Amino acid sequence: MSRSSGAAVLFAALGDATRLSLLRRLSLDGPLSITRLSEGTGVTRQAITKHLNTLGNVGLVRHARRGREQVWELERKRLEKARAYLDRVAAQWDAAAARLKAFVEE
Amino acid sequence: MSTDRIEKRVVLRAPRSRVWRAISDAKEFGTWFRISLDGPFAAGKTVRGSHGSFKVDIQVERIEPERYFSYRWHPYPKDPAVDYSAEPMTLVEFTLEEAEGGGTALTIVESGFDRIPLARRAEAFRMNTEGWGGQIKNLERYVS
Repeated sequence: MSRSSGAAVLFAALGDATRLSLLRRLSLDGPLSITRLSEGTGVTRQAITKHLNTLGNVGLVRHARRGREQVWELERKRLEKARAYLDRVAAQWDAAAARLKAFVEE
Repeated sequence: MSTDRIEKRVVLRAPRSRVWRAISDAKEFGTWFRISLDGPFAAGKTVRGSHGSFKVDIQVERIEPERYFSYRWHPYPKDPAVDYSAEPMTLVEFTLEEAEGGGTALTIVESGFDRIPLARRAEAFRMNTEGWGGQIKNLERYVS
């Protein structure tokens, strides 16, 4: 997989409101079971499973056993890559701020 | 885990009036931002900026002299071949304060990235023109 398509696949996986809310839940309260993740969402366990698999395929979440329970947790490293876009925009601002500093301090 | 905003804070060894002029005067803004602007900034007005084939519209929102300046635009990547006009814009805000021990504390916030289509954010990883070249190393670190 090329680098750019790797990023595109990652963003495609993130491009869904249910999946983003699953990531948010796992980020705040994870690891969580599918039962816990589907509570109060109005989304079926089957649909939640499908979304988790999509997120799992791009390495954003992984499942693990906790006792007899199967739980899902966030793969934080991968999520940080999604932040890379903001890092790149931030780098542009760093450069612009440095030029502004030189401009007003001269 | 915000993916929606960027915040930068920098202390400038210059009086607030000087920093304000550098930000609110379109000619001065263009000098350090490296863009040429086709008119002065005024609340509610759109100013067209260009740098070679690179074009950007700056929609000025609010001007509070020596304290606050904000505008909306289409964020990076700005590919000259793509029409972004239908996409949501991000909000850029400059806030000036007196810095402790003299000078001016400037905060720059750009927000609203969560509304930018994900495909376009992914596109940033392919861009290596218009100043993105220097970021290639970061890119490789992140997506390899």
